[in-house]
Amino acid sequence: MGLKILTEHINVPGIETLEVYRKHGGYKSVEKALKTMSPDEVVEEVKTSGLRGRGGAGFPTGMKWSFLAKPEGVPRYLVCNADESEPGTFKDRWFMEKNPHALVEGMITSSYALGANTSYIYIRGELLFVLRILEKAIAEAYAAGLLGKNILGSGYDLDLHVAPGGGAYICGEETALLESLEGKRGNPRNKPPFPAVKGLFQCPTVVNNVETIASVPWIVNNTGAEYAKVGVGRSTGTKLISASGNINNPGVFEIELGVPVEEFIYSDQYCGGIWNGKQLKAVVPGGSSVPILPANLILKTAAGEDRLMTYESLSDGGFVSGSMLGSGAFIVFDEDQCIVRNTWNYARFYHHESCGQCSPCREGTGWMEKVLHRIEYGHGHQQDIDLLVSVAKQIEGNTICPLGDAAAWPVASAVRHFRDEFEWHIKHPKEATAPGAVYRGQLDAVTA
Amino acid sequence: MVKITFDGIEVEVEEGTTILQAARKIGGDVVPPAMCFYTPLKGSGGKCRVCLVKVAQGSAKDPRPMPKLVASCITQVQDGMVVENTTNEDVLNARKGIVEMLLINHPLDCPVCDQAGECDLQNLSYEHGVSATRYEEERRTFNKVDLGPYIQLHMTRCILCYRCVYTADQIAENRVHGVLGRGDAAEIGTYIENVIDNEFSGNVIDVCPVGALTDKTWRFKNRVWFTKPMDAHRDCPTCSGKVTLWTRGEEVLRVTARKDQYAEVEEFICNTCRFDKKEVKDWTIEGPRHIDRGSVISANHYELPVVNVPIVPNLPVSTKKNLPQE
Repeated sequence: MGLKILTEHINVPGIETLEVYRKHGGYKSVEKALKTMSPDEVVEEVKTSGLRGRGGAGFPTGMKWSFLAKPEGVPRYLVCNADESEPGTFKDRWFMEKNPHALVEGMITSSYALGANTSYIYIRGELLFVLRILEKAIAEAYAAGLLGKNILGSGYDLDLHVAPGGGAYICGEETALLESLEGKRGNPRNKPPFPAVKGLFQCPTVVNNVETIASVPWIVNNTGAEYAKVGVGRSTGTKLISASGNINNPGVFEIELGVPVEEFIYSDQYCGGIWNGKQLKAVVPGGSSVPILPANLILKTAAGEDRLMTYESLSDGGFVSGSMLGSGAFIVFDEDQCIVRNTWNYARFYHHESCGQCSPCREGTGWMEKVLHRIEYGHGHQQDIDLLVSVAKQIEGNTICPLGDAAAWPVASAVRHFRDEFEWHIKHPKEATAPGAVYRGQLDAVTA
Repeated sequence: MVKITFDGIEVEVEEGTTILQAARKIGGDVVPPAMCFYTPLKGSGGKCRVCLVKVAQGSAKDPRPMPKLVASCITQVQDGMVVENTTNEDVLNARKGIVEMLLINHPLDCPVCDQAGECDLQNLSYEHGVSATRYEEERRTFNKVDLGPYIQLHMTRCILCYRCVYTADQIAENRVHGVLGRGDAAEIGTYIENVIDNEFSGNVIDVCPVGALTDKTWRFKNRVWFTKPMDAHRDCPTCSGKVTLWTRGEEVLRVTARKDQYAEVEEFICNTCRFDKKEVKDWTIEGPRHIDRGSVISANHYELPVVNVPIVPNLPVSTKKNLPQE
């Protein structure tokens, strides 16, 4: 297995306590950054590392940090987005639960780099037990002088708070998260102004994913140039992948970006192949909101090259024949899974989670869900397929926040790649609604 | 001052102006419609998405086009910006799609709706809607709710523009209503069955672009196009007292604030003026109100003096010949 940046000590017993964590090199980056580096130097290291946001969009973190406005006399904030609620994603929950101090360390180092004296971890409301673990870790850090006034005698002050959300998916969108953190209804804000200019309490704010922040200590300790050596091209470093679905070995894997998708699915180091020796039908490589890809397109790009687990390779071919790395939720479907039912399930999720602020998403997500429900339960018409495509197109790009796109992409891509399966459902409602019935025509095309 | 090109028309506006306001400076058919944006209300806009436009050139400095359509009501102009609205096919298609979205759960009960004739959604669907619906499912419905003695909320018609929420926040005090729930289950409500009791609460009726909030002293009394709007004023201790009276004969059927071309009120009025002063003797009538916004009233031109003109002006000679001779 490759280099472990985030999960090296994750299985050490007692790593969640400060004592054991420090014994394994914990909080070294805080000492190094606060005592020997200026905030700008830390930002520079992160820039050199090429670290990209691990929450889904993949925006370069160093660049995001350098966009932060720095007006005199106005506080700045760092907010950690731990509102992980994308279906299929469970890496942040697992990571925080196992190794809370790694996140706390990352928060201290990153806050120092950004000049923030108050920082927040916004955690999903359902993860109350993780919140307790984090609070315990933070209390230990305060007691050890790693948080609070004059950290390690460097003159830098930082207060770290954990705030639970109410469990709404939309609060994972950064501006909705800030609204929620301010105690308001979690509606995404209109952009611009971006959070880097006017974020939390109208002050400049950076919002980063848990995994992004947890990667910062390693970069500070080992330099950004070292981090940039890992991975392929502009996809540097390692990434936590939450693998789920019909695989022998589901769970969270830390991979060096650039592992071939085929190896990731079939190697015993990772997913361990499809369970019961079945055939691969489709993969959603980055969480429910990214386009689904059929087996032939996930293993090889349209040009016939091997697909790698990188931001670029997975999005090769655009939305016609590609997808996205997203948040790294790798969902595998075997030959027995019904794409129509799965698409309906996703559509139902987005219908439920739309905030209802802007009209295309509020009305469109519900509409798509109802049409898909109709097709799945044998009441569809032939024109429903084109209707789905058309509704998805009406939502996509016309909404305030990316939730509209996230709702439209899985539906549009499922129809794009599995149109014959939808048609079969509509033409043969009786067979399609029978228990356990699955359309298998697509598989012949894959193997042929 | 910055210069932008909107649908091929150059206009100079102050820095910090939004695209929509710049378009309104040009006026006419190029102005994008707006269902949620309301100039007097801070923070409104960006929600209904019908004002989407294409920015074909970001600015003179950075001429790249913006990748997505942007909401013109909240996007500020940059010097040298080139914006396409009615000249861009994508914009018109997107708008058509959004109007369809707004209508799928709208009851289309215009024949019994008090707003009919001056409804922004009605105008919008005439201009950008399609004649048939593709929506087969059951429409979302809500029960009617009385928000106190003067206002009725018919949530089924609501398009969730948030204007009434901003009004209650900024014009009145002690907001008791807001948006409850989320997604397509979101609704305007007073949690729980609260009464909106405030001297300026009636303004929520004026800002509502559809018939979701209606004046209970006017409900089902008459149709808009049968009434005559008159500018009037009175000495009011709480507000400016400048209103529009909607009369039929000597009867004052309804009192509203004065609205401009884009259905935005000029001055908010108090509840006493709106609901209690319903007699002509309460008011000093200034004269007929000129309505130049999208309303059936503006089609009448009743305020022009009726001169003796032939009903069919240029009757062809041949027809005259065939008329029975005396």
